[in-house]
Amino acid sequence: MKILLKGGRVVDPAASRDTVCDVLIDGAVVEQVGSGLRTDGAAVVEVPPGCVVCPGFIDMHVHLREPGQEHKETIATGTTAAVAGGFTSVACMPNTQPVNDQAGTTELILARAEAAGQARVYPIGAVSRESKGKQLADFAELRAAGCVAVSDDGQPVADALLMRRALEYASSFDMLLIDHCEDPALRGGVAHEGYQASALGLRGLPGVAEELIVERDVTLAGLVGAPVHIAHISVRGALRAVRSGKERNIPVTCEVTPHHFILTDEMLKNYDTNAKMNPPLREAADRDAMLQGLADGSVDAIATDHAPHHYDEKAVEFDRAPFGITGLETAVALSLDRLVQHDVVSLSRLVELCSTNPARILGVAGGSLEVGSPADLTVLAPDARTIVDVKTMRSKAKNTPFDGWELHGGVAATIVSGRVLYVNDAVTGAEVFASIGESIPGESAK
Amino acid sequence: MDADLMGRALTRIAHEVSERNRGGHELALIGIRTRGVVIARRLADKLLDILRAPVPTGALDITLYRDDLMRQPVGPQPVVRQTEISFSIDDKRIVLVDDVLYTGRTIRAALDALIDFGRPQSIQLIVLVDRGHRELPIKADYVGKNLPTSLAQSVQVRMQEIDGCDEVVIQDDKSAGRQA
Amino acid sequence: MGPFDTSRVAVPGEPGATPPKLRTGLRSRHLLSVGDLEGDEISLIFDTAEAMKEIELRPIKKVPALRGKTIVNLFYEPSTRTRTSFEIAEKRLSADSLNVAVAGSSMVKGETLFDTARNLEAMAPDMIVLRHQASGAPFQLASICRAGVINAGDGMHEHPTQALLDGFTIRAHKGQIEGLKIAIVGDLLHSRVFRSNLLLLRALGAEVWVCGPPTLIPPGIERFGVTATTRLDEAAEGADVIMMLRIQRERMLGHFVPSLREYFMVYGLTVERVERAKPDVIIMHPGPMNRGVEIASEVADGPYSVMLDQVANGVAVRMAVLYLLAGNPDEM
Repeated sequence: MKILLKGGRVVDPAASRDTVCDVLIDGAVVEQVGSGLRTDGAAVVEVPPGCVVCPGFIDMHVHLREPGQEHKETIATGTTAAVAGGFTSVACMPNTQPVNDQAGTTELILARAEAAGQARVYPIGAVSRESKGKQLADFAELRAAGCVAVSDDGQPVADALLMRRALEYASSFDMLLIDHCEDPALRGGVAHEGYQASALGLRGLPGVAEELIVERDVTLAGLVGAPVHIAHISVRGALRAVRSGKERNIPVTCEVTPHHFILTDEMLKNYDTNAKMNPPLREAADRDAMLQGLADGSVDAIATDHAPHHYDEKAVEFDRAPFGITGLETAVALSLDRLVQHDVVSLSRLVELCSTNPARILGVAGGSLEVGSPADLTVLAPDARTIVDVKTMRSKAKNTPFDGWELHGGVAATIVSGRVLYVNDAVTGAEVFASIGESIPGESAK
Repeated sequence: MDADLMGRALTRIAHEVSERNRGGHELALIGIRTRGVVIARRLADKLLDILRAPVPTGALDITLYRDDLMRQPVGPQPVVRQTEISFSIDDKRIVLVDDVLYTGRTIRAALDALIDFGRPQSIQLIVLVDRGHRELPIKADYVGKNLPTSLAQSVQVRMQEIDGCDEVVIQDDKSAGRQA
Repeated sequence: MGPFDTSRVAVPGEPGATPPKLRTGLRSRHLLSVGDLEGDEISLIFDTAEAMKEIELRPIKKVPALRGKTIVNLFYEPSTRTRTSFEIAEKRLSADSLNVAVAGSSMVKGETLFDTARNLEAMAPDMIVLRHQASGAPFQLASICRAGVINAGDGMHEHPTQALLDGFTIRAHKGQIEGLKIAIVGDLLHSRVFRSNLLLLRALGAEVWVCGPPTLIPPGIERFGVTATTRLDEAAEGADVIMMLRIQRERMLGHFVPSLREYFMVYGLTVERVERAKPDVIIMHPGPMNRGVEIASEVADGPYSVMLDQVANGVAVRMAVLYLLAGNPDEM
């Protein structure tokens, strides 16, 4: 079935496009982008005023918890949350139970994602068996099963030799290595080491623990000439190391989460366990450096590190609470508000951070609306008002510090493989997307 | 009641106390915070002249014994002040001193408090003003002045040491008050 | 901005401070942090404690003020001194007190603090005195409880009643706290006594010096409004009060100090070091102390030691806090 999205602002940095034009989708692929496209046989959707059509957003860092921790999230609920948040694809970290370190687990994840029929899922395999940092996982097998990258996320790859070998080996299968950078000897805290943690009596996680490993990873990537991607960068020193690597043409990329470019450790004052994550909320100078990095291009991607937890697990003492917050359903509105509305980046740069670059870094389809690309589209409503409300979230988990926030900007609709999977009732005119035939599951359309 | 009347009332009471307690043997005065303490000190001075011997004098704060603690729906706790009784009250003839006798609840609290300090031979009560409206079976042994009042009125005793003048004033509900 | 920032605590008499008005109650029904108390509230607690001290001199050391009030002492950490002190204070005020030591029971069975608290709440206590190894636990408890919550020590965060009794003791010896040079020495990083005392002493206008090995000085100390030094002689020089903190014997493990022997050599309070302080210096320690580790016995047992006063004042100060919090929140 053909769908013509007519008269919207189309922002596609991969094609250097930011104009008002039409997008014609034929089934699962983009057939044509241009002005005054012919409409014969296509269902026509007049893009509501103010809405922006972009290539589908890709969140390259989520935890879907399945298999093993389905009380926190499942692949079905996680991918439903993703489309509700404007993401057409997610890359899921391997710290499930069992760890995604072999084909069987990868296949199960892909089968569940297929059955859910929501956002695309790109599994990330483990670097080491059970992510224990002792012995490499079978990368070729993981690649064949569908993994696009490897990571021991949650744990750093502590051993420099293992890291070097993993970089060398992964690159031969075109697999990206994503590292959670944290010096294991300097771990053990629960909050960013600094004034706030000291005042609140919380054990510190020093920023240098991240910086040291980023420096190491950049150096090793330079040595072996293989790409490394720094997960959830959070301190200015680490960003400096990435920047310096890029200046030396070392293939290093990095992502930052919305919470690290918006919040600081001031959030900890009431010991809110929803402000506890790893890397922790840093001090204002670090937060500002993240904004700077987003603006100047040293940061490559925005990723959520969506880390759902059951409310029981968070309703404990701060020291005992698990790290992590959800992010899929807040990231886009937060980014539109804090980055675009506040003139930190242009809308085009935001699309680069959320779509173009993640697709390029992971080496997956999408990230562009060029002819033949997957018909994955995120329709933004930069002028909409969004009120974050955990009660209406699709994710099983409600652990976000942003509950109740009023934001300028939102998602109007999410289209995956030509199917309209999410329509935001709160955006004026967005209901036109719901008109596109039976492909819309009733629940997400209403 | 003005300073002159107050002075005379206290002198009369001091003489009555002396007479009734046969030379003041084992006599001790305990004033109830705040103005009862001032009155007790003045009586002690007068008794020193009469008896030619000092009468031990103490101060009692009854706040922690009040029967209305924790009963107000809102509002802070009443301020606790220091109790100073530097002598044993065992077998003493204790004379409690307060400024105004009204419901009798303060005296009830004071009696309870005193019992925690020991077992006196007897306890008598001096009040400068008895304004009536008792809610407990309590009666003063020595009264400076009986002052009929209505429930809407309040009685203010002012003492030189605290308020800068000696007087007793009845305040109506709204008016500024008139000297009693 | 944060609880230790100089700008936050209003000092009575300074511009911007609360206008002088006789305070008769506390603003909150909880005591979670000294940072929540303003100068006039601290004075009210001290004055009330002064009155409470007299009660222990009576033949019958008990007043009926909190008759019928139920107070739960919920202790997740073993504590003899603090728990006993609270218990005596509660009994002297005629409250019905109940000790729940969780270290050995529910914690092991996996019940969370909040479930334990909800179960206790179902029995309608009026106040919960909480000691917990996790910083912030009393804040979280207060957010779900009808009962008033008193922080009796939370992790490395605060120990408000200890600071109040320390301040009360200093006031008793020195008359006032404003302008005194007070040195706090030892394991500052892990010390809740330090954090609470700092807030209190700063609110009352003391000049606070802190001293310890660099490994045990909290990061961000420059924002605490203190003078920090690693030289004990500097901290002790001309001090009116030296407050020693306990060093835990296992601190060698995180590479905080090489050995207790070396710790004593560098940071132990000896008679020679005390001689640098003012002649009328007082030496404090929250206990339990390690003789020969942070403090020489000659100092601990010397004439300037006020450690037993601290313990005695602890009961009166806790009586004052319990009494004042038992009232209803001040609407002023």
